[in-house]
Amino acid sequence: MPTLFFVFAILAIASAVMMIAHRNPIYCALFLIVTLFALAGLFVLLNAPFIAAVHIIVYAGAIMVLFLFIIMLLNLKSDIAKERPGRWMQFLGILLAAILFVQLGFILQSRDANFLDESAALGTPVQVGDTHTIGQLLFTKYLFPFEAASVLLLSAIIGSVILAKRKVE
Amino acid sequence: MTIPISYYLLLSGILFIIGVIGVLTRRNAIVIFMSIELMLNAVNLTFIAFSKHLNSLDGQIFVFFVMVVAAAEVAVGLALIVAIFRLRESVYVDEINIMKW
Repeated sequence: MPTLFFVFAILAIASAVMMIAHRNPIYCALFLIVTLFALAGLFVLLNAPFIAAVHIIVYAGAIMVLFLFIIMLLNLKSDIAKERPGRWMQFLGILLAAILFVQLGFILQSRDANFLDESAALGTPVQVGDTHTIGQLLFTKYLFPFEAASVLLLSAIIGSVILAKRKVE
Repeated sequence: MTIPISYYLLLSGILFIIGVIGVLTRRNAIVIFMSIELMLNAVNLTFIAFSKHLNSLDGQIFVFFVMVVAAAEVAVGLALIVAIFRLRESVYVDEINIMKW
């Protein structure tokens, strides 16, 4: 188990770094797919096999195909001159991200973060998120958010069709 | 031996920060979108790690809804990029200044 965690973690971080560092958008998309597969492996380690399967189907199967389709439709080439950010901008971006990371670290280190010690009660059966349990929760306790999500998806479909169809003058 | 939850939180934080760096330093709008997806996935990892830590499935349901919102966001966002590309022949965000006063 620990080895698998470190393999997936290193794979996820390395391909994420390659994603934001690579110039060609198609390679960026392919590296993001590797990251998503590594995250799906971590989800399996965390007792969430259903979420892992849905993650691969939705992200690697649908969303990334959409990304690759748009990249190829727009025929984007790796434009080095336009893509290279100024050195000042790059420095500022990384500095801001580092500040954010330090803030996250402070939250984890703070005294209020005692939720980390409060482990699950021993003796209760370990809950595994398989299709049966997730479906039962989704159609009883979370029925209203589930229906609201379907309305959201419908409006997104209509909105994207209208946005992409109309010729902008 | 099980992995302590702080490892998962650290990994999630690192992935989120990589996404932030991507959004702040890249200029290609599609790559910026992919970085946003990376940040959403980092948050999903946190949800599932806490879901296991607290032995509750509610976190996994939330990941489900985050995925729904991410799919909707990608569909609308890519449609916007296509519409702007038709208008400007460019997806580089510093050349898209329609809303600049």
